[in-house]
Amino acid sequence: MRRILMVSLCAVLVAFCLDLYAKSKQEDFPVPRPPFSEGIFPCSSCHAGMETNAKRRVLKDEHKNIVLKHAAEQRWCLDCHDAQNRDKLRLANGDHVDFEHSYELCGQCHGNIYRDWKAGIHGKRTGYFEGGQRMYMLCVNCHNPHDPAFKPLKPEHPPHRPLQKGPAHGK
Amino acid sequence: MEAWRFFKQTLVLVAKGRPVYYAWCALLLLVMGIGLWFYLKQMETGLIVTSMRDQVSWGLYIANFTYLVGVAAAAVLLVIPAYIYHFDPIKEIVVLGELFAASSIVMALLFVFVDLGRPDRFWHLIPGVGILAFPESLLAWDVIVLNGYLVLNVVVPVYILVNSYYEKEPIQSFVVPLILLSIPWAVGIHTVTAFLYNGLAARPFWNASILAPRFLASAFCSGPSMIIIIFQVIRWVSNIKITNEALFKMAELIAYAMFLNIFLLGAEVFKEFYSNTIHLAPLLYLYEGLHGHTALVPWMWLSLAFNITAFLLFLIPRTRQRLATLNIGAFLIIVGVWIEKGPGFVAPGFIPDPLGEIYEYFPNFTELAISLGIWACGLFVFTLFMKVALPIVRGDFIHSKYTKSISN
Amino acid sequence: MGNRVYTRREFIKTLSVAAATGAAFSSLSSCTKEAREEFLQKRFVEMTDAEKKGVIARLEEKYLRAYGKQFQISTQGARPKTLWGYGLDLSRCIGCRRCVYACVKENNQSRYDPQLQWIRVIRLKKGSLINLEDSEHYYNPQEVPEPGFTYQPVQCQHCENPPCVKVCPVKATWKEPDGIVVVDYNWCIGCRYCMAACPYKGRVFNWADPKLPPEEANTAVHYLGNRPRYRNVVEKCTFCIQRVRSGRYPACVEACPTGSRKFGNLLDENSEIRYIIQHKRVFRMKEDLNTEPKFYYFFAT
Repeated sequence: MRRILMVSLCAVLVAFCLDLYAKSKQEDFPVPRPPFSEGIFPCSSCHAGMETNAKRRVLKDEHKNIVLKHAAEQRWCLDCHDAQNRDKLRLANGDHVDFEHSYELCGQCHGNIYRDWKAGIHGKRTGYFEGGQRMYMLCVNCHNPHDPAFKPLKPEHPPHRPLQKGPAHGK
Repeated sequence: MEAWRFFKQTLVLVAKGRPVYYAWCALLLLVMGIGLWFYLKQMETGLIVTSMRDQVSWGLYIANFTYLVGVAAAAVLLVIPAYIYHFDPIKEIVVLGELFAASSIVMALLFVFVDLGRPDRFWHLIPGVGILAFPESLLAWDVIVLNGYLVLNVVVPVYILVNSYYEKEPIQSFVVPLILLSIPWAVGIHTVTAFLYNGLAARPFWNASILAPRFLASAFCSGPSMIIIIFQVIRWVSNIKITNEALFKMAELIAYAMFLNIFLLGAEVFKEFYSNTIHLAPLLYLYEGLHGHTALVPWMWLSLAFNITAFLLFLIPRTRQRLATLNIGAFLIIVGVWIEKGPGFVAPGFIPDPLGEIYEYFPNFTELAISLGIWACGLFVFTLFMKVALPIVRGDFIHSKYTKSISN
Repeated sequence: MGNRVYTRREFIKTLSVAAATGAAFSSLSSCTKEAREEFLQKRFVEMTDAEKKGVIARLEEKYLRAYGKQFQISTQGARPKTLWGYGLDLSRCIGCRRCVYACVKENNQSRYDPQLQWIRVIRLKKGSLINLEDSEHYYNPQEVPEPGFTYQPVQCQHCENPPCVKVCPVKATWKEPDGIVVVDYNWCIGCRYCMAACPYKGRVFNWADPKLPPEEANTAVHYLGNRPRYRNVVEKCTFCIQRVRSGRYPACVEACPTGSRKFGNLLDENSEIRYIIQHKRVFRMKEDLNTEPKFYYFFAT
């Protein structure tokens, strides 16, 4: 009897350690606060009391401004947003992640980019690379998750021509 | 001290002269004054008053510098016949040629000085006091060899002239080695100046081995041509015996140098146009224009026409040995080589710039005024030298005559 | 006859001596102590620590007078076992020039007359990346990137074999132990030989007194980096020496909206730049010139 207890205790301990190990493999990166729209988070403030309609459709009542241009044929909202808890995102295997860890969600399909991002060569880092706080921009800091294509920007002024005089326009 | 007494005498010589002398000096001083005024403005505001910018960071000043170093090297074309081949018609006037070289070097150094952004930090270049990056930097070499050449070309003529004044024989073992040294040194100053451009891998137009030979060839055209004209002026002004024979011999040597110059140009043109790589761009800019920029094209063709014409004039004995055509040829060479070695050399090194931009540099009035001021300064220095040297060479200004006049 | 000559010679002599004395006297008396010290200042590398402190104090006072702000001038040296390298992702640069102006703001460049920019972004046609002759520097469309073009920012490449260092006649520019090529603005004589020698147009010149609006001045500066410069001296990108020696990213890296710019220590195996060289296809500009630049261009995708 005592032997069975000891073995099961060890098994539980091992399982706990493995679980811990599995969790620690999800590295933590110093990221800024996700760029939520004003007042939208936490989502549960509206969704906690709502019924979940899991039917794939175009939304008519709320979130009408979100037009999905990101594998729209293959997926819809509830493939990434967890149906039960809107404050979390849903990975393909059913696991939940915070919005601060949204990169894990993106990384499921965009593996090369995720690998590059973790190494620091995709995306942007600011702050200190040594001896201070380094900040990794989240995917969503640059790419709107619903419409990720990078939008063109207006370029800054070209340099002055060689003999051009006077201050730059508008400065 | 004898030297001090001699110097005081020269001040007298310089202060007195014919009306044409006063007029000439007044004109030169006026041009120098205008140049100085513009230079003070440049000092006050900065080099932005010129047309030079990041894309073309060297302009008219360095173009003139390059040309004048070549002119200075040309004194050797007198020294070689005189001292190596003992060609007597030239031997008497070598001293004048060396003073001419010294004046050219003064002009060249002045052009570098006005081009410097911070002339107040000039002392940084003095070895021992500042830091002179010898031997890594070719500019450091240039500082040394140019100043050395200036010293050589002042010490030797002054020594010879002072001895003539005191009717003493110059010590041959002192002066002849220095004169012989000035031959490789003259080749050296222009080679170092060529290497200064040659060593820059960033500028494919300059990074060509042909640069040093081409520089020497064109130097031996431009300097002696100036000497031909100047010696005729001296002959007219002071009745010094300068035989036509001496002038014709120099013109013959110039013809050979000009042939080499044109041949080397042909070699460059062949290589760039036939290989037709991206590095053709600067040469194309000069002779055809690049992307619609054609400012230098007429000048380059003019220079080529001048050079070829002058070459023929000097090659054919009948035109070489007639003063009128000789002078036309000399004038054509002076202008032709200036165009080719000045703007036609410095500007295309920067066009197109290393990132492909084309900024068509053209000097503005400030640069012209300062450049003319420096040319006037050089001519003024040479005039003063001649005002003292010619009476000595002629035998009018000698110590025994002076002491006689004092005792009277 | 003899007497007249004597008098005139005397006159000329007296006049010239008087003129020379007067000029020397006036220039000496108008020279303040500060100006004299600045004139006689040694090259930075030759200074003792005490001399450096004196120079920094004098400069901070001068900048306070000129800009009304208290500057902190650092003289922080290179860290050991460090060689800075830069990566630029050409597949992501869209030519927006935000880096150019972030650099100008961080590094106190002259804003106009002349306008100095350490970074120049050139636009190249797709299919012709190496031929810079068809580059366009002054593109100004409504939006970037324009279809059919790529953009390549160029700045000082901090070569390991810098041709600019080789040609400087007074050694005013040199390569620091951590690989940054710097200029001592108080030693430069403004001959611009280094500008002719640079194959990347990395160096720019203060053709006049720099016009830096005091309200835009950045006061966290380094002596060899972004302190306000002088008329007629040369300057260039310093890899933000005032930032990187404390471990901060350069200003251009932080400004880039597409994350095209990467920076790190080439001698650190775990740095971003080493990862790039290891895993991406990198090239450097004009490698045939053997300058060994430390600015690596690559395509991440």
